[in-house]
Amino acid sequence: MKQITVLSGKGGTGKTTLTAAFAVLAKKAVVADCDVDAPDLHMLLHPEIIETQEFKGSKLAVIDESKCVKCDLCREKCRFKAITENFKVDQFSCEGCGVCTIICPANAIALTERISGHAYISKTKFGFMSHAMLAPSEANSGKLVTLVRQNSKILAEKESIDLIIIDGPPGIGCPVIASVTGVDAGLVVAEPTMSGIHDLKRALQLLAHFDVLPFVCVNMYDINKDNTGEIESFCKENSVEIVGKIPFDPEVTEAMVNGKTIIEYSPRNVVAKEIETIWEKSSILISENNLNERAIHKQKRGDKLVVENSDKP
Amino acid sequence: MKISIASGKGGTGKTLVAVNMALSIGNVQLLDCDVEEPNAYLLLHPKISRIEPVYVHVPFVNEKLCDQCGKCSSFCQYNAIFVNPQKVLIFPELCHSCGGCALVCPKKAITEDKHEIGTLKIASADDLRLVYGELEVGEPMAVPVIREVKRKIGNSRNVILDSPPGTSCPVIETVKGSDFCILVTEPTPFGLHDLKIAVQVLKDMKIPLGVVVNRAGIGDKKVYEYCREKDIPILLEIPYQRRIAELYSKGVSFSLEMPEWKERFQTLFNDVRRFIGS
Repeated sequence: MKQITVLSGKGGTGKTTLTAAFAVLAKKAVVADCDVDAPDLHMLLHPEIIETQEFKGSKLAVIDESKCVKCDLCREKCRFKAITENFKVDQFSCEGCGVCTIICPANAIALTERISGHAYISKTKFGFMSHAMLAPSEANSGKLVTLVRQNSKILAEKESIDLIIIDGPPGIGCPVIASVTGVDAGLVVAEPTMSGIHDLKRALQLLAHFDVLPFVCVNMYDINKDNTGEIESFCKENSVEIVGKIPFDPEVTEAMVNGKTIIEYSPRNVVAKEIETIWEKSSILISENNLNERAIHKQKRGDKLVVENSDKP
Repeated sequence: MKISIASGKGGTGKTLVAVNMALSIGNVQLLDCDVEEPNAYLLLHPKISRIEPVYVHVPFVNEKLCDQCGKCSSFCQYNAIFVNPQKVLIFPELCHSCGGCALVCPKKAITEDKHEIGTLKIASADDLRLVYGELEVGEPMAVPVIREVKRKIGNSRNVILDSPPGTSCPVIETVKGSDFCILVTEPTPFGLHDLKIAVQVLKDMKIPLGVVVNRAGIGDKKVYEYCREKDIPILLEIPYQRRIAELYSKGVSFSLEMPEWKERFQTLFNDVRRFIGS
């Protein structure tokens, strides 16, 4: 089974637009939306939910007022400043560590599980989809990403599908790490702006850190061709393949407004055509032969081999 | 006055609004709390005056005292300690630094060690003070770095906080304690969907909010309908203009090149101030 994550570092560069188009082009793949804070893929793929799971990602301290002796010990020991002056737990600060529960001499504090979101297993016109929704202002999106990925793997195994396409969240922190650990390749969607270049470099460093095969495509490359050139030379210097350059085209937004991928909405559109090429090139890069070659090459250089899935949040 | 700039969806123009507002009103402290991908400094080209490492505390086990009882491991909510009969394994990247393991250890075998997860940079560009953090690549936890950035908040200036995208812990940590939050969105289905989640978060946190529509003119009108229905003020619209996009791509703040925008950002700031009555 192969897994590829679409990521970007910077938000809003076109990850979801690209992933949704891939879902159509791939014919047989499980799609996983790992942007669990702000999932958007469902608006283009229109999944029909088959199964819903509760996600209990974190705990919350609760103080029993009738037992509390207001000794202040919990306030003193809480490193997250989550207990207010009148001995209430601030849910936006509490990280559910449990220190207050063991320090309380009156046994007045307990940890309770909170439902921090839901995971879904769904069917779309194009295949199966694993996705989730973190409840607003909840923590632990990394754990929910791990659940979405586990679900996608179970689905793929059950349905004998050998490809998982993952739509990653922006950034490089916990949920992004959970989206790239153990995958075969990471496609970074870059934008030719100063921020886009900066964030691309950090995203590539992240992929290198977790030993994931990187490749890049530039979206809206014609907004600033000098910067696109800079991305191209940076990638060349670092032996990272550029699999395509997508021009700016308002029809992409039109397709989104109509709830369709650009491939369905306007198959002859230049962006649709370019994404087809990107998909073909990406498929070759994650083929068994290419990945084996990479592994052998690395072994010769004495590098470590592609890390097996560790699924650490 | 503390104003945070957040969005839900990434790439809607948070940094664009934060930086241009900061430059237009002058004499502010700008905190770039997107420590995973800090971008504000790319538009400001500031002089860095100080760099500080950001540490978190992680457990250190004295093997001579430890009898592998496993109490620390069963207490830890984050699976950051694993005890086997020979050894205690620590996973620093999973640790939230709560200090609980040291408290429960009956042999007093656990102390705390510093673990560097990022850096803090203090910089300035003319009368603007910039503080930003950088999470080290491979480190998962942005929140402790954001906390350090926020500890640099001073009293003498207005503060603008540029938030990371999303709606989970790093965003909560950034907007916590703000007097007002500006949500930047784009008038598209993705923009609207993620705006709704962000509004929910701010309502839960009881932080007053308003919306800035960026790239106005693309997409559809549903963001406007939603804001009208929910009585959310639209404070400013920034049209989709190739010139603004090009200036941004070059790392130039467009309000410096298009002076009419300086006034509009000042008005935005004054409207926010009136809104919260300060």
